[in-house]
Amino acid sequence: MTAILQAIGTAVPPQIVTNDDLAARLDTSDEWVRTRTGIAQRHVAEAGTSTSDLAVEAGAEALKSSGGEVDVVIVATTTPDRICPSTAPEVASRLGLGTVAAFDVNAVCAGFVYALATAAGLIETGAAERALVVGAETMTRIVDPEDRGTAVLFGDGAGAVVLGRGHADQPGAVGPFDLGSDGDRADLLCVPAGGARRPLDQAARDERANYLHMDGREVYRQAVKRMSDSSRALLARAELDVDDIDCFIGHQANARILDAVGDRLGIAPERRISNVARYGNTSAASIPLAMSDAGVEPGKRVLLTAFGAGMTWGSALLTWPELAAS
Amino acid sequence: MAVYDKVKTLLVEKFGVEEDEISPTATFEDLDLDSLDLVEFALAAEEELGVRISDEEAEQLDTLEDTVKLLEQKGATA
Repeated sequence: MTAILQAIGTAVPPQIVTNDDLAARLDTSDEWVRTRTGIAQRHVAEAGTSTSDLAVEAGAEALKSSGGEVDVVIVATTTPDRICPSTAPEVASRLGLGTVAAFDVNAVCAGFVYALATAAGLIETGAAERALVVGAETMTRIVDPEDRGTAVLFGDGAGAVVLGRGHADQPGAVGPFDLGSDGDRADLLCVPAGGARRPLDQAARDERANYLHMDGREVYRQAVKRMSDSSRALLARAELDVDDIDCFIGHQANARILDAVGDRLGIAPERRISNVARYGNTSAASIPLAMSDAGVEPGKRVLLTAFGAGMTWGSALLTWPELAAS
Repeated sequence: MAVYDKVKTLLVEKFGVEEDEISPTATFEDLDLDSLDLVEFALAAEEELGVRISDEEAEQLDTLEDTVKLLEQKGATA
């Protein structure tokens, strides 16, 4: 049994924040943000809109175009509605899926690839027949609005896929995967307070430790290295050459990271998908949002690769399916 | 000058720098390379020359002469 990609759905909040909007309140500029990141704008969730709202919208679109039921819902998110419980059960319930298995996966920006691997595993072992996998984030809730180094990078959104059962030689076949982590570098990109280690008290707020902190240079370096290495390892395992890849979808964090990884792997620029200019870094939502923009023909081979805080990384291969119009 | 030549090749092939702009006294800024290029240069040096330049060191890099000196001190041989 192999997991087969059957449908994709996406959702972004309507509010758009441009670089100029941010430059009005931060010491930055449109030119600086564009040359360093390739980002022109990002969608930002209005007050009252949560991660589950975006997940439900994306999930509903994916389910509508593929029809039928699923028996497991996995939500990849760094920004759950609440610390407890996980977001997936509420998403499943609101989608009218009843009492199906539902849980979150948190591997930050690599979360969607981790969740995809988990769902594919459940399908391959027969534990599930069909799965809804959603990457959904409201990153702007944990980004420090006064930190010009991170405030310009992130956006909100969600992307969902439905996986069903089929055979490895069928269009839509998902896998194999390469997953990894390096906890020695957990501090490079983290929200220091508000978890079990450090309570969210006044001292933490004064230090702005309730927000995302990032060592940008080292994260950039690790992102380039880990996504390149993970992609190479996966290609070697699948006994494929880089020329066998028709479409390369990297985590949409920064256009320059995508270029650096694409150059290192030797993937022709026209085979790389990038929509970071419109969405910024939407963390676990970035890969499915980019998949929905990929415009790939059925049967083409696609390489996904992602890197995030943890540090975590993951890559996946799939052949593009015939997708039903939503 | 073997390390210098290697650095020169790196800059031309991976960073799109014009060969005639490169000289020992040229700085990264002269070559229109920004802080993220420096991070990528450090990563490329690690991969191609087998020496690790820390982010702090990368931030301090000025002229190509100094850069080559640092790489050689760290044991780089091209």
